[in-house]
Amino acid sequence: MVLSKNCASLLGRYFRNTLIPKTLSASYTSSQVHADVKLEWTQNLNFTGSSSLLIPSYRVLNQQGQIIKESEDPKLSDSVLEKMYKNMTLLNVIDKILYESQRQGRISFYMTNFGEEATHIGSAAALNEDDVVFGQYRETGVLLWRGFTLSELMDQCYGNCDDQGKGRQMPVHYGSKRLNFVTISSPLATQLPQAAGAAYALKGKNKIVICYFGEGAASEGDAHAAFNFAATLGCPVIFFCRNNGYAISTPSKEQYKGDGIAGRGPGYGINTLRVDGNDIFAVYNATKMAKEYAITENKPVLIEALTYRVGHHSTSDDSTKYRSVEEVQHWTATENPVNRLRLYLENKDLWNEDMEKQWHTESRKDILTAFDAAEKKSKPHWSELFNDVYQEIPDHIRKQMEEMQQHIEQYKDQYPIKAYSP
Amino acid sequence: MALNKLYTTCIQSSSFLKTFQNVFGVTQARNFFNYFPTTTMPVEGPTEKINMYQAINDALDIILKEDDTAMIFGEDVAFGGVFRCSVNLQEKYGQARVFNTPLCEQGIVGFGIGVAAVGSTAIAEIQFADYIFPAFDQIVNEAAKFRYRSGNQFNCGKLTIRAPCGAVGHGGLYHSQSPEAYFAHTPGLKVVVPRGPIHAKGLLLSCIRDPDPCIVLEPKVLYRAGVEDVPSNDYSLPLGKAEVLQEGDAVTLIGWGTQVHVLMEVAQLAKSKFNVDCEVIDLVSILPWDKDTICKSARKTRRVLIAHEAPMTSGFGAELAATIQEECFLQLEAPVTRVTGFDTPFPCIFEPFYLPDKWRCLQAIRNLLDY
Ligand SMILES: Cc1ncc(C[n+]2csc(CCOP(=O)(O)OP(=O)(O)O)c2C)c(N)n1
Ligand SMILES: [Mg+2]
Repeated sequence: MVLSKNCASLLGRYFRNTLIPKTLSASYTSSQVHADVKLEWTQNLNFTGSSSLLIPSYRVLNQQGQIIKESEDPKLSDSVLEKMYKNMTLLNVIDKILYESQRQGRISFYMTNFGEEATHIGSAAALNEDDVVFGQYRETGVLLWRGFTLSELMDQCYGNCDDQGKGRQMPVHYGSKRLNFVTISSPLATQLPQAAGAAYALKGKNKIVICYFGEGAASEGDAHAAFNFAATLGCPVIFFCRNNGYAISTPSKEQYKGDGIAGRGPGYGINTLRVDGNDIFAVYNATKMAKEYAITENKPVLIEALTYRVGHHSTSDDSTKYRSVEEVQHWTATENPVNRLRLYLENKDLWNEDMEKQWHTESRKDILTAFDAAEKKSKPHWSELFNDVYQEIPDHIRKQMEEMQQHIEQYKDQYPIKAYSP
Repeated sequence: MALNKLYTTCIQSSSFLKTFQNVFGVTQARNFFNYFPTTTMPVEGPTEKINMYQAINDALDIILKEDDTAMIFGEDVAFGGVFRCSVNLQEKYGQARVFNTPLCEQGIVGFGIGVAAVGSTAIAEIQFADYIFPAFDQIVNEAAKFRYRSGNQFNCGKLTIRAPCGAVGHGGLYHSQSPEAYFAHTPGLKVVVPRGPIHAKGLLLSCIRDPDPCIVLEPKVLYRAGVEDVPSNDYSLPLGKAEVLQEGDAVTLIGWGTQVHVLMEVAQLAKSKFNVDCEVIDLVSILPWDKDTICKSARKTRRVLIAHEAPMTSGFGAELAATIQEECFLQLEAPVTRVTGFDTPFPCIFEPFYLPDKWRCLQAIRNLLDY
């Protein structure tokens, strides 16, 4: 009885509040908004299908390296153009050497970036060093652009005593506080909501967050959470999707049925751009515009860069099992992002074969020097395994460390201590 | 070696790749165990010398053949899975029954629960046990409680989740974990860990046919570690049953998965160094677990060592130790001891120091004997 009375009074209040007051009801009917969805009435029953929206892909450079529409030329200085090209090709040589060195068992694992160079360098060049980066793992070019040294890179892949990550993670899990590049984590898409949070907290500080992820990772629940959080909470973050056609063996067409990843943006109320990811100027312009918008409006932007993973997923993968060599050749020959920039530079007389040869020799030498040095360095002291679980080592972990210390003294010959720092 | 030679193109130069067929096939770190093949046959009949991933493939093949509601799905499952466990099955049984899902673990398990709830057989693959956590809610709050909360009107017992787990030499934080204890803490689930091909096939078949949702944690380092004479016919191994691999009277050594192989070698070392006979037990089934076999052995040897790769704190060894002391308190000569991974994340370059290796286990035996 008491309950039904309560209900009745609650209902009464509900109706009074929503329907009765004249002022409220007037604005309610005219706004045509219901549950914050804009309304337009129809008497026709038609599905709204996946093909109702097709987002065009923005392109600046054609395959011959020519600007298609003059107004879109970002007009970058010669030195910036040269740095872009040098970073892209440096990344190629790093990838080749580290890939091969893994095949020889010198490092335990590697992932190449072939085919996606323009997405890294084009986006990195459009941002400042104090814009914060949350990456997935295939964004090494971003680090190079910001000044991550060859030694830092090699030290991480070897997990040696100079690795900032102290040898705890697998190769390519880079991170650099100095360069505002948050340490890579293997679990996919976890960085997306984190990026939204970071952007929210950095609001008004004149910087933004960029978050890279693959089209495969975009299927994770975390990705959807991130888009919705960033939109509803007004986070100045650029969600940068590298849609490279594959998630290991799974082709994009098995990953989604809508209009790619970009197609999702409008559904979340996020301003969205789709670009040719093999066109460094398209990526640059898009990222530049996205940053301006994010920072002035305090809102997220979604960029989908269409590109192609030319290499195997990783050193653990053999992609010939699930895609044809012809398919890969098409992308390396006609859609090659590095060649496209090179043609542009040659057209402008900024680059030639001699410079190419010289740069190639120089970069290879520098990489091999850093590689050799990293290989020779010892691993961090084994007790580093116990540090940084917490800021202070708690008693139970300290006890385990002390027991291990004693054990190693007793069983010296059974542990590879010589490879580790004293 | 001149590194200059390295500078050859490697985009699609995959001839040398062909020898490495699975994601973590290239083990360059030192071996942390020697493989002890199982030689006792669970059933009569023809056998085939196959490794663990082939034995799993064989079990999946048997199920797809006999049960036309059965389906297998997960990330990259269509081309065979990154560890090749589902290789050739899509060709054989079609895309409707063996298929890739979008990259989303919560989706994979939730989808599997739905498949099972309406009476079909769902075999879901999580690519690495380290990536099972996005599906934690679906597993712990949904799969485990589906039957209970509906008063047994509904259940998802036809769901089986497979996930590769454990150390592999160079997997670091996120390709090495052993999450069995998280799931053992959840009433409503069954959890098993095979130690080789014969067990992988028999346990997987049991789990798929079991009326409750099961998780099979497959130590990934064992996929190609060794071959066994695996019965070609259908057979199943009981859930909830431990196995005494070697009898002894001095110390009971309990492990599961890869650690069983470590303990077999430890028992040999203990014999040669201390001249004692250890009893080695493979727990096999984490939940339910075989209290009778464990306590019977504990009463006999009066000393117990439990070893697992997962961290010590709240690892499944804690549950065993608590029960053993409760059940066998008066018979014990020494406190039950645990040799485990440390209470840290799983560290890449320090793996040789992190694992409960044979030397740490051997010293623990010494301490038990000297107590
Ligand atoms: C949560 C989670 N599930 C599965 C994996 C295993 N995994 C690593 S990379 C990858 C594919 C990712 O594809 P995509 O996001 O498209 O990035 P790409 O490799 O193409 O750059 C998968 C399935 C993982 N790392 N994390
Ligand atoms: Mg991809």
